[in-house]
Amino acid sequence: MTARRLLRPLTLRRYHSSLQHGAAPRPLTSVLVANRGEIALRVQKTASLLGIKCTTIYTDPDAHSQHALASPYAINLGDPGAYLDGDRIIEAAKAAGCVGVHPGYGFLSENSNFARRCTEAGLIFIGPPWKAIEEMGDKSQSKNIMSAAGVPCIPGYHGGNQNPDFLKSEADKIGYPVLIKAVKGGGGKGMRIARSAAEFPDQLQSAKTEARNSFGDEVMLVEKYITQPRHIEVQVFADKHGNCVALGERDCSIQRRHQKILEESPAPNLDQSVREDLWAKARTAALAVGYEGAGTVEFIFDNETGQFFFMEMNTRLQVEHPVSEMVTGEDLVRWQLLVAEGKELPLTQDQIRERIAQRGWAIEARIYAENPDMNFIPDAGLLTHLKTPVASPTVRVDAGFVEGDEVTSHYDPMIAKLIVQAESRDSAIQKLLAALEDYEIAGATTNIEFLKRVCVHPAFISGDVETGFIEKYRSALFAKSELEPEVFAQAALGLLLREISSQSGTVGFGAAGTGVGFGSNYQTRKFSLAQMAPDGIKTDAETDVEVGQVGPGTFDVSINDVQYPSVLSHYDLSTRVLTSFYPHTRLATTIVQDGDSLVIFQQGRQYKLRCKPPGWAEKVLGLHDITNSVLAPMPCKVLRVDVKEGDAVVKDQALVVIESMKMETVIRSPHDGVISKVVHKAGDLCKAGTALVEFEDTGKS
Amino acid sequence: MSASIPHQLFFSGFRAISRSQRRRISYVLSRSRFNVCSSQCRTIATHLHRHQASALSVLPTEVDSSSAEFQENARQMRELTDELESLHSKIAQGGPPKAREKHIARGKILPRDRITALIDPGTSFLELSALAGYELYPGEDVPAGGIITGIGKVEGVDCLIIANDSTVKGGTYYPVTVKKHLRAQAIAQENHLPCIYLVDSGGANLPHQADVFPDREHFGRIFYNQAQMSSMGIPQIAVVMGPCTAGGAYVPSMSDESIIVENQGHIFLAGPPLVKAATGEVVSHEDLGGGKLHSSISGVTDYLAVEDAHAIMLARRSISNLNWPKSNKRDENITGSNKSWKEPLYDPEELPGIVGTKLKKPIQAREIIARIVDGSEFAEFKKDYGTSLVTGFARIYNQQVGIIANNGILFSESALKGAHFIELCAQRDIPLVFLQNISGFMVGADAEKGGIAKNGAKLVTAVACAQVPKFTVVFGSSAGAGNYGMCGRAYSPRFLWMWPNARIGVMGSEQLSAVMETVGGKSADPALKQRIESESRATFSSARLWDDGVIPPAHTRMALGLGLSVAMAGLERQRAQAGWKGTKFGVFRM
Repeated sequence: MTARRLLRPLTLRRYHSSLQHGAAPRPLTSVLVANRGEIALRVQKTASLLGIKCTTIYTDPDAHSQHALASPYAINLGDPGAYLDGDRIIEAAKAAGCVGVHPGYGFLSENSNFARRCTEAGLIFIGPPWKAIEEMGDKSQSKNIMSAAGVPCIPGYHGGNQNPDFLKSEADKIGYPVLIKAVKGGGGKGMRIARSAAEFPDQLQSAKTEARNSFGDEVMLVEKYITQPRHIEVQVFADKHGNCVALGERDCSIQRRHQKILEESPAPNLDQSVREDLWAKARTAALAVGYEGAGTVEFIFDNETGQFFFMEMNTRLQVEHPVSEMVTGEDLVRWQLLVAEGKELPLTQDQIRERIAQRGWAIEARIYAENPDMNFIPDAGLLTHLKTPVASPTVRVDAGFVEGDEVTSHYDPMIAKLIVQAESRDSAIQKLLAALEDYEIAGATTNIEFLKRVCVHPAFISGDVETGFIEKYRSALFAKSELEPEVFAQAALGLLLREISSQSGTVGFGAAGTGVGFGSNYQTRKFSLAQMAPDGIKTDAETDVEVGQVGPGTFDVSINDVQYPSVLSHYDLSTRVLTSFYPHTRLATTIVQDGDSLVIFQQGRQYKLRCKPPGWAEKVLGLHDITNSVLAPMPCKVLRVDVKEGDAVVKDQALVVIESMKMETVIRSPHDGVISKVVHKAGDLCKAGTALVEFEDTGKS
Repeated sequence: MSASIPHQLFFSGFRAISRSQRRRISYVLSRSRFNVCSSQCRTIATHLHRHQASALSVLPTEVDSSSAEFQENARQMRELTDELESLHSKIAQGGPPKAREKHIARGKILPRDRITALIDPGTSFLELSALAGYELYPGEDVPAGGIITGIGKVEGVDCLIIANDSTVKGGTYYPVTVKKHLRAQAIAQENHLPCIYLVDSGGANLPHQADVFPDREHFGRIFYNQAQMSSMGIPQIAVVMGPCTAGGAYVPSMSDESIIVENQGHIFLAGPPLVKAATGEVVSHEDLGGGKLHSSISGVTDYLAVEDAHAIMLARRSISNLNWPKSNKRDENITGSNKSWKEPLYDPEELPGIVGTKLKKPIQAREIIARIVDGSEFAEFKKDYGTSLVTGFARIYNQQVGIIANNGILFSESALKGAHFIELCAQRDIPLVFLQNISGFMVGADAEKGGIAKNGAKLVTAVACAQVPKFTVVFGSSAGAGNYGMCGRAYSPRFLWMWPNARIGVMGSEQLSAVMETVGGKSADPALKQRIESESRATFSSARLWDDGVIPPAHTRMALGLGLSVAMAGLERQRAQAGWKGTKFGVFRM
C-alpha cells in the first residue's frame, strides 16, 4: 500500500475516495459526540442548529459537567477513562440509535482503529477515512508519504531501530539540537529536546517514560530542532468528491510546554507567496492520503531562513478551529457534517481567499487552569466565580465550564477558548486584551493574567513570534508588579462589608457601626493582607489596612501613609462586586473570598491576596511551619518517591516525582537537609498544598 | 360603569371562565344596568390615598435656619458639643499613656478595642454613661469611671457588655464604677440581655472601701445580680483577661460560662502576697490562679485562651451557642436591612439651632418631635387641650411609640391630658417616649385651687405604674415635680439621655438662691448660685450616673431607636419571666 501510494499521482484522488467509501452516504439525523467539555458543546450547538439529534456521553466525575447537561440524551459511561473506551461508545451509539459519531479532538479522534470500528458497525465516523488517520498517525510513515508527494520534511530519523545508541548516532548525524518525539505522540506529550550529545540519553529516557504513561507506546523519532521556529498550520477541508481547500493558515507559535495558548489567523509577517505555498502544500499533503473532512497540516517555519517543513497532519477538528471559523465566517462543524453526508464543500478556494481578505484577523486565547508562574503547572478546583466577557459576533467564548463547575485533575485543564475577530491584527489584539480584562475566574489559578501580558508585549504586537517566545521574553512576561494601595483598601472593605451584608436582618440600622453619641469613633478594625506568592502558599510582607466606619456604608480607610476619608462603599453579595467612591475615583471590584485567600478583579487586573491568620491560630490550632516540609504544588498522584526517611539530601536533589494531568513533575529539595518523614508514598493522590516530605527541624527556620 | 367589565371576555373567553365567575359577571351586569336605569343615586366614598392620609399627621416646621436667632443658637450649642466631643475622645483613650503602653506591652488589647473585636462588624455599640466619674473625685482622674458599659450585637444577639479598663487605676472599683456596673446589670435585667463581662480589674478601690463595699447597692450587689439574672435565664459570660482578686473572683465564678486568657487572667481569693502573709505559702500567680490551673484543675473556668483575641472569639462562640433568638418580629421591624421606614422630613442636624443653650427661651416641642419620628408624622392627641403638654402617636424606625413632650409649664389640664394619654398607651401596650423640658408644675393660688397637686399626682401615678417600656430624653430643664411627672430617673425609664444643654435640679440656680436668701436671710451662701449652676449641668449629672449619657441632639432618633430595639426584643421574655399581667394603676385622686 505504502509503496503504491508513493508512486500514485495526485490526480488519482477520486479513485482513492471511492475506494474507501463504497456505500452511498446517508443523511445524518443523529450523532453521538464521543467527547467532553467545550468541544462536545460546540458540536452539539451546530448539530442542534441543523436539527440533528445529539447524544452526549459522560463519566462519573463529569456527571454534572455542562456537556452532560446540555443534551436531553446523555449516556453515563461511568469510569473516568471511558472516553477512551471505543467499544462502549460504539455500543452506546448503536443503542441510542445514532447515525454518526463525532469524535471531537483528543481521546479517540485520531484513533484509526476506532474510526474503522465505527464504520464497520454501520456508523458514520465524522472524520477522515480510518486509513488516512492511520497513515498520518504514524509520524515516520507520514513523512515518507509527504516526501514522496513533494511536501518538504524536516531532516531526521523516523525508523524502527529504537536502540538508544543508534538513535544517538542518528542525532549526532542530524546535528544538535535535536528533537526527540514519540511517534504516536501529540500535544507535546512524550517530547524532549536534547541540546547536546551529553543530554541525549536522559532526555530520551524521560520522553519514553512520559510516552509510555500517556499512550502506552515509546517508539521515538529524532529530528532536527529549529532554534527560531514558528508553528504555522493550515486548516484544510476535503470532501468525497475530490475537492480540497485550505481555510487559511494559523500561527500557533505562542506555546508553553509545547502546547499552544495563543493562535491567530492569518499568520503575521508572512509573504503572500509563502502563504499560498503553504496552502498548496497542505492541500497536497491532504490529498496524498485521500483525506476527507477537517484536517490540519502542521508546518514548522524557520524564521531565519523562511523555509518551512511538514511536521504532521492532525486528522481531526482542532482545538483552535474557531480561529479559522472567525476569519472565514464559516461553521467548520457544519462542514464536517456536510462532508460526512457526502455533500460537496460549500466554498471554493477563491471564495475563501476573498472571505479572509474581507474579515481581516482572528485570534484565540486558550484559558487554562494552570499556573504560569510555576512553569505552567496545571491547576484544578471549584470555579467559585466565573464571569465571561460579553459575547458578540466578533467576541466568542467556547467554554465547557460555568460558575460552580469543578476543573478536575482527571481531564485536560482547559477552561475555555476566547476568540476575537477584527479587521486588522492590531485591533484584534486590542479586542482580545479588552475581553481578557473582562474575564474573571476564581477557584483555580488561570493563565488569564499571563495572556494579558503577552497581549501588551511589543514583540507580540509587532508579530515577532516564535515557539520560544515565552522563554525569550521571560523577564518581561513574568515581571512582578506592585499593588496599588487601592487594591488593599478594596480588599479590606470587601472583607468587612461582605460580613456585614451577610448578617441580614441585624444591621442597616441608622448610623450602624458609628456608635451613637459623642466621640464614639473606636470602631476601627485592622486587616492584615499580603499578596500571595505565585505558588499560592507563601505570601509577601503584610500590609495593614485600617478601616473605621463613620456612617452607614461610609468608612475611613488608611494604609500606611495613604488616607482615604469617607469612602462610600457597597458590596453586592450576589455579584460579589464592591463599589466604592473614593475621594479621587470610583472603583468597582469583584472580590471572591475562599477561606483566607481573596481573589480580586479590579480595572481589568486580577490580584490574589491572603488575610493573615490571627496571632493565636498557630498556637491554638497547632498549625506547624510549612518551611519544614515540601508541598505538592498541584493536585497530583505520587509516581515515585526517590528518598526515604533519614536520608540527607542536598538542595535541588530530586525528592518525589508526581504526575498531574498526565504530566510528570520532579519535586526537588528546596535546601540541604535530612528527611524526617515521607508523608505520601507512590500511588497516593494528593491535593495541592499537602506535604509530600518533611524535613528534620534544624532549629532554625 | 359597564366599561369596567372586559367585554372581550364575553365574546372570546366566556366558556373558559368558571361558573361562579360567570355568575358574578352577570350580577355586575344586572347591577350596572340597574344603576344606569335608576334615577335614585347613592353617594360613594372617594378613595383617599395612603400618603394623603398620612399627610394629615405630618408636622409642619417654622424653623428658619438662616435666621440670626437660629445661627446664634447653633453656635452656642456647637460650643457645648465641641467641648463634649473632645471630652469624650479624651475619655475614650482610657488611662494615662504609660498605663496604656504597659497594657499593650503585655500583649493585651485595650478595652475599647476588645469591645470592637467582640461585636459584629457594622453594628452600633450603644455606650452608656461615658462621662461617669468625670470631675467626681478631686485630684483623681477616672475616665469613664474605669469601666466601659454598653449594648452591642454579638453574633446577632444584643448583649450587655461590661469591660473593666485596667489602664484606669488598675481597673479598681471606685464607688462610681460600682454604680455604673450595677446600672448596666439593671439594664440587662430589665431588657433581658445576655451579659458579657470582660474582666480586668484589681477589685475594690481600697481607700474608697467604705463607699464601695458594705451597702445594698455596693460591690456585693454585682454577684447578687449575676445570680438573679442567671436564675431568670439571662446568660452570664465572663472573659478573664486580667486579675480577678478577692470579690472579683466571683465574676467568673458566678458566670454560666467563663473564659480565661493564659498568663494574663488570674482568679484567686487572695493573691500571692496575702497568701504568704497568711500562711507562709510561696506560690506564683500562675500556679495560684492562672488559666491553666483553672481550666484543667480547679474547673473555675471553662475555656483557656492563648491571648485576648482568642478569648474574644471564644466569647463570640459562646454567644452563638446560647440558642438566643437573634431577633423577634419587632426587632426585625426596627433593624431590617430593607429599610421600610421614612426618615424625618426635617434634618435632625437643625435641632441645635432650634433649641440653643438658653433655657429661658421656650422650645417648640413639635419642632423637636418632627426631627425624631418617622416621616415627621405625629398623630397628635388632644392637640387643643392642655396645650403645654404635647401628646400623640408616632413611629421611630417603624416601632410605634406614644410621645409626651413638654411645651411649657404643666397645668392641671396638661397633667390630666398626660395621664389620659399614658392610660391609652398602657392599655394598648405602646412604649412611651418622654421628651422633657420642664421647669415644674404651675404654682400660685389659682393653680392650687384648681387642684394642681392632685392632678399632678395623677400624672405621676400614671407614669409610675404604666407597665410599658419608657424612655426619657431631657432636651431642656428637668426640675421639680415635673421631673417626676415626665419620667425622671426615679421612674425607671429603660434609658434616660440628656442633651448637652440640659439642666437638672430641684429648681433653677437663680430661683434656688433666691429662695435660700428669702429663707436664710443674710447667712445665705454667696457662692451658692454658682455651685447650683454647675451642679445642674448635664456633665455633672452624667458623671454621677443620673442618666445613661449625654447625646448630641441630632443622635436622639438613633439613640431612641437602639433603645427601643433593645427593649422590644427582650420584652416578651422579660414579661414571661416576671409573670406580667399588664398595667394596674394606683388610686387616682379624683
